[in-house]
Amino acid sequence: MSDGNSTVIENSFYKQSTNKHTGILSWLLTVDHKRIGIMYGVTILFFFLVGVIIGVLMRLELIAPGKTIVDAQTYNSLFTLHGVIMIFLFIIPGLPAIFGNFFLPIQIGARDVAFPRLNLLSYYIYVLGAILALLSVILPGGAIDTGWTFYIPYSVRSNTNVSLPLLAAFILGFSSILTGLNFITTVHRLRAPGMTFFKMPLFVWATYATAWIQIIATPVVGITIVLVVLERLFGVGIFDPALGGDPILFQHLFWIYSHPAVYIMILPAMGVVSEIIPTFARRTIFGYKAIAMSSLAIAFVGYLVWAHHMFTSGMSDTARWIFSLLTFIVALPSGVKIFNWVATMYKGSIDPKPPFQWVMSFIFLFSIGGLTGLVLGSLATDIHVHDTYFVVAHFHFVMFGGTGTIFFAAIHYWFPKMFGRMYNDKLATLGVIGFFIGFLMLYFPKFIMGYMGMPRRYYDYLPQFANLQLISTIGSWVLALTIFFIVGYLIHALVKGKRATSNPWGGVTLEWHIQSPPPMENFKEIPIITHEPYDFSQLKEMKDE
Amino acid sequence: MSPAPTQHVETVDFVMLYIVGISVILLLGITATMIYFVFKYHRKKGHQPVDIHGNIWLEIIWIVIPTLLVLSMFYFGYTGFREYRDIPKGAYVIQAKARMWAWEFTYENGKKLDTLYVPLGKPIKLEMQSADVTHSLFIPSFRIKEDVMFGKTTHLGFTADKAGSYDIACAEYCGLNHSMMYTKVIVLPEEEFYTWLNKKEETSNPAEAVK
Ligand code: HEM
Ligand SMILES: [Cu+2]
Ligand SMILES: [Cu+2]
Repeated sequence: MSDGNSTVIENSFYKQSTNKHTGILSWLLTVDHKRIGIMYGVTILFFFLVGVIIGVLMRLELIAPGKTIVDAQTYNSLFTLHGVIMIFLFIIPGLPAIFGNFFLPIQIGARDVAFPRLNLLSYYIYVLGAILALLSVILPGGAIDTGWTFYIPYSVRSNTNVSLPLLAAFILGFSSILTGLNFITTVHRLRAPGMTFFKMPLFVWATYATAWIQIIATPVVGITIVLVVLERLFGVGIFDPALGGDPILFQHLFWIYSHPAVYIMILPAMGVVSEIIPTFARRTIFGYKAIAMSSLAIAFVGYLVWAHHMFTSGMSDTARWIFSLLTFIVALPSGVKIFNWVATMYKGSIDPKPPFQWVMSFIFLFSIGGLTGLVLGSLATDIHVHDTYFVVAHFHFVMFGGTGTIFFAAIHYWFPKMFGRMYNDKLATLGVIGFFIGFLMLYFPKFIMGYMGMPRRYYDYLPQFANLQLISTIGSWVLALTIFFIVGYLIHALVKGKRATSNPWGGVTLEWHIQSPPPMENFKEIPIITHEPYDFSQLKEMKDE
Repeated sequence: MSPAPTQHVETVDFVMLYIVGISVILLLGITATMIYFVFKYHRKKGHQPVDIHGNIWLEIIWIVIPTLLVLSMFYFGYTGFREYRDIPKGAYVIQAKARMWAWEFTYENGKKLDTLYVPLGKPIKLEMQSADVTHSLFIPSFRIKEDVMFGKTTHLGFTADKAGSYDIACAEYCGLNHSMMYTKVIVLPEEEFYTWLNKKEETSNPAEAVK
């Protein structure tokens, strides 16, 4: 296999521009998928940190019963903004926009995505949506206070700026759809010769399955948002019962998108896990087809379970049990993945470097998130814990303990490739441990509080919850400090880190065949694929090259 | 008489214990296996990795066994749900009205109150409506809740087996004072309940009523 494994760093994509500009313009107008990935990375990381700070403020308010730092109206806006930022600006675009953009083309042996300009457009649509969302906070009227689910009739009655953030979500949807479209076309059209579907790395499979959800489910939320705005601005009765509409219809439409959206959040993360485990165990993945097919199964069965968010909403009893049953079925493919990942460690040669440590932490936290989902899928128990802290704990375990953890795993895995520098392993291990402890302190007590009957979106609470609330707040400090610590040593490594070789971990997927950081067009010659994706017998040839 | 506030509490706690029990076993199994592999096959020990591409029997086992497990969870969850949804004919009906941010309960004789009084041991059916946005009537001690909507009547049923006073919360976000929409359900022995019901002056102080 031919590759650009030379030591010349000068021709990296940082030095070579796709346009005639230099400096900042060469970035802002770039159509290089790697530069666009990094621009997404900076922007998304910024919003993540803003979301974290808002989360810490909320936890500070909840440290003791009664008012601590903000009033009820502000608190209601804080959890809404936190939810909107974390969902629409961080976790949905997160992995595909950053790592999908950077690595999907490389992993299939392509020079760029199928539509490079569209890719840049998607980025600017994302930025536009983000700006509108932020504007709505500053403008008179006040920050939106409806919760990120925008349930009607409250969101029609609220006097805060509801239409603008809805418009922002609508616009962000287009960014998501265009990225999905781009990735699907790229996978179908630009695979290198010899790269059959079943030779694709599993991160590509996962991102590909995600892209399908993005283009099929996202239009539903777009339409729903347009209807809500029509209702707010012109009083057209669609969802508001006072106007003759049906509020349950809104909930259906909202979750028809937002449930598949949770798979937009988790599938790419599962893809990253399937990359990291083989590399550090230095053996092929166990059950390649089972993992690839379970991504597709999740993508399709995931459309059929949306109403499990509505078991107490006054929906018919028949609908309740059907959706309960389907929900249990969709849990199975995720289980299959976890078993295959653990089996991949069997008889490997494991070097548990920081990216692998993040994955171990993920398997524990995500399993808790998934297993507590069974409590929510079962009707008798969900009726009790629905809309309590149990749900808050569950979705933070899945989204943050799952996808969020893998966000950090992916940064640590691909950092040498993206930036050509190494970070300090010891500091990174400290980061994993701090995150794990802080996370459990922050969210585990919420399971207990939820079962005790602590409802979510509460500004204040009864005295029996005081101790657990306090532990949770202390956990938020440990977690947030760890996150800033991690960002700190990574930034330090960008400048001062040791130079990375082209293949510091001994990976075999295509990104490890090219120099770090990659040249602008990735491959001098398009490689011809003969190996399976995780065939470590290549390692020897790669060293000889 | 059962020591729990309602029969349904025992059912829900059993289903919870069943699901959590199985989950804990799975979680510990997965975690222990992972940690064991990481130590056993540590690269420092100089193992030659073995490429195992998969095993069809293992895949079948870890699809079939979890399928059976989740089907059993579904079954218990469903029967527990039926027990609470199937309200006996002839249940004692009370109207519940939610508004931002208070509750109001109306009895057969027109008596209105912001606290819910119910007779012990008698099936109760709440017929619920909202005057504005969606709320949700949640009685944590009874493990039940149901949304309360404008323009549509929903219902909630229970039979209290233990006299006492229990919290009612609003579980569906409804704006500014959502977290302050607390009230109480007070379970009185049947005779006391009817004496209370037919008393002229209204009392909204739960402490007085529980004697
Ligand atoms: C240090 C980090 C974080 C802290 C301290 C934190 C804390 C909180 C708190 C206190 C709530 C409100 C719970 C309630 O009263 O209902 C909340 C809600 C929420 N969080 Fe986080 N969180 C953090 C990170 C995240 C991340 C990374 C995500 C997504 C990936 C996320 C997604 C959400 C969502 C969607 C809600 C629901 C908002 C709503 O009810 O509308 N959070 N979080
Ligand atoms: Cu869902
Ligand atoms: Cu409420």
